[in-house]
Amino acid sequence: MTQRGEKGEPIIEIEKLTTGFGSQIIHKDLDLTIKRGEIIGIVGGSGTGKSVLLKAIIGLVKPRAGSIRIFGEDVLQMSDREHRAIDRRLGVLFQDGALFSAMTVAQNVIAPLREHLHLSPELQQEIASMKITLSGLPLDAATKYPSELSGGMRKRAGLARALAMDPDIVFLDEPTAGLDPIGAAKFDDLIINLKESLGLTVFMVTHDLDSLHRACDRIAVLAEKKVRAIGPLEEVRKTDHPWIQEYFSGPRGRAALASSVQEQDSSGDKEARVE
Amino acid sequence: MSVAAFELQETGDGWRLEAKGTWSLGAGLGDIDGKLRRFSDKTMSKSLKIDLSGVETMDTAGAMMLQRTMRACSQREEMAEDNALFGFEHVKEGYKSLLAAAANHLSPCEIDVKQGSAFVLMLERVGRGTEELMYEILRLVSYLGEVLVGLYTVLSRPKRLRMTSIVHHMEESGLNATLIVGLMSFLIGAVIAFMGATVLAQFGAQIFVVELIGITVLREFGVLLTAILIAGRSGSAFTAAIGSMKLREEVDAMEAMGIDPLEALVLPRLIAMVFVLPALTFIATMMGLIGGGLVAWLQMDISPAMFLTRTQDIIVVENFMVGMVKAPFFAFAISVIGCYQGMRVEGSAEELGRHTTISVVQSLFIVILLDAAFAIFFMELNI
Repeated sequence: MTQRGEKGEPIIEIEKLTTGFGSQIIHKDLDLTIKRGEIIGIVGGSGTGKSVLLKAIIGLVKPRAGSIRIFGEDVLQMSDREHRAIDRRLGVLFQDGALFSAMTVAQNVIAPLREHLHLSPELQQEIASMKITLSGLPLDAATKYPSELSGGMRKRAGLARALAMDPDIVFLDEPTAGLDPIGAAKFDDLIINLKESLGLTVFMVTHDLDSLHRACDRIAVLAEKKVRAIGPLEEVRKTDHPWIQEYFSGPRGRAALASSVQEQDSSGDKEARVE
Repeated sequence: MSVAAFELQETGDGWRLEAKGTWSLGAGLGDIDGKLRRFSDKTMSKSLKIDLSGVETMDTAGAMMLQRTMRACSQREEMAEDNALFGFEHVKEGYKSLLAAAANHLSPCEIDVKQGSAFVLMLERVGRGTEELMYEILRLVSYLGEVLVGLYTVLSRPKRLRMTSIVHHMEESGLNATLIVGLMSFLIGAVIAFMGATVLAQFGAQIFVVELIGITVLREFGVLLTAILIAGRSGSAFTAAIGSMKLREEVDAMEAMGIDPLEALVLPRLIAMVFVLPALTFIATMMGLIGGGLVAWLQMDISPAMFLTRTQDIIVVENFMVGMVKAPFFAFAISVIGCYQGMRVEGSAEELGRHTTISVVQSLFIVILLDAAFAIFFMELNI
C-alpha cells in the first residue's frame, strides 16, 4: 500500500480536465503533472478555480471530461471502493481546518485511524501524539476542542489529522491565509520539514507570495481556464502574461522577492563564514 | 507486498531485532504492536540492535514503533539523546530522516478529556443541570424584558419598523405553512368526528358530535395544533437562522455597524409571527370544522345544512374567541424563545443543533403551559 516510489516520478497526472457548474466552465482542457516529493504551489486570481481543481483531484467535484491519474491509476474510472483506497493515501487540510467540532484535537487525529484500521488504544494514542507534535502543537492541545484553539492552532491540528494515515500526498487549501507573518513563516518551515522527513508530496493552493518563495519547488499559475505557466518561480515570473507580470511585479510581489533574496544572501554569508 | 514482521535473536550481550517486510499501518503493523510491546516491557536495560535490512517500506507509525522499542529497551547512559539512529543498523537513506522525526515525537498525549467516576459525574451533571435551569429561566425572563423594551421603542417610532423583513417572515412562517396547517386540522377534525361517532352512538346521542367537534376544534385543537406545528417549523428555523448568523459573526458585524440585532433580526420575526399565527389558527379552525362536518355527513348522515345550523345554535362566539385570543400569546412565546436560543449559540455547529432542539422543546412546553393557564383563567370567568 505505502509502496513509496522514486522521487521525481509523476504522482498526479491531469489531462484535458474540464470542470464546470451549470453553464459556467471553470477549467477547459487543463493539463498538469505533479511529481513525487515536490511542493507545488497553485496560484491564480480569484475565481480561476484553484480550490475547484483541488476538489476535483480528491474527488469532491466531478469533472465533465478529461482524466486524473493518481499513483498511475485513473481515479475517474474507479468504483467507489477503489476510490476510497486511494483516498486513504491522500491527506487534505481544508481552509479553516474543518475539524470535527464535537471531538478533541486528539480524537480528530485518530478519527481516520479508527475508521480504517483496527489498532490498540495505546498505539492510537502514540500515533496521535506523534502527529500532533509533528504538526508543531504542544501536547496539552490534544484534549482541547477546536473552538478553544486559535486559527493557527486549528490549521496545525487540521494538518495533524491530514497526516494521520501517513498520506503520500497532502493537499493544503490556503494554509497560511489568516495567520500572522511569524505563524505563516513557521507553517512554511513545518511543511518543508515534513516534506523532507516524511517524503511527502505537497499540493498547496496559496495566495501567499512569501510561501511561494520559501516553500514551493514549482509553481503552477491558473488563468484562462488552464495552467498558463508552470515551473520554478524564476521561470514562471518571466512568463509574458499580464496577470503573472502584475502578480509577481506588483508591490507585494517585489517585496516578497526582495526579502527572500535577502534571506538567501544572509544564509550564504553564514556558510561562507563557517568555511 | 509482504506484511510487517520481526524476528528476535539473543546475542552475546543483548538482543537483535530484525525488522522485515512492509512496516506500515496498512500492512498489519497494528497486529504486531502487542508482541513488540510485550518484548520491550520485559527486556529492560539490555543492549538492543535493530536491523532494518529486511524492511521494504516504512511509514511514520513504523518508525515510531521502532524508536519506542529502542528507547524503552536501551535506557543506558551512553545513548546520546541527539543521535536518533543509535542502535539501528542497515538503515536505508530515505528512512534516516523518518526515524529522526519519530525520535523527537514519542511522548504520549491524552486523547479524551479527563473524567471522574460515574457517580460523581452524575451528581455533577444533576447539579449543573439544576443551576443551568435556574439561570436559563432568569435569562429568558430578562430577554423577554429586552424584547418588550425593544418592541416599545420600535412601535413608538413606527418608521423604524422593517416592513420588508416583516412581510418576508410573514410569507416564510405564515403563507408557506397554510397547506400543512390546513391539512393537519382537517384530518384532526375528521378523527375527532370518527371517535365521537363511535362513542356517542352507544348512547344514541350521535347528534352531539357537532358540539364535540365545535367545542374541541374552536377552543383547543385549532390553536394548539397550529402553535405546535409552527413551533416545530418556524421556531426552530428562527433558532437555526440566527444561530448560524452568530456562528459566522454576522450578528457581531451588525452590532459593530450600529445596527441593533434585536431590531433587525428578532422584532421582524416576532411581529410577523404575532400577525400570522392567528390567521393560521383561523384557517386551522375552519378546516377542522370542515373535516369534522364531512365525516358527520358521510358517516352519520348529518347533512351539512343541519351541521351548520346546529353549529350556529350552540357554538357561541365565545368558543371561537377563546381559541383565537390565545394565538398571539403563543406566537409571542414561540418567536421569543426561538430568537433567544438562536442568540445563545456560540462556538460550534454542535451548539447550533443543541440550541435548535432546546428551542423546540421549550416552545412546546411554554405553549402548553400557557394553554393550561388560559384554561384555568377562562374557567374562573365562566366562559
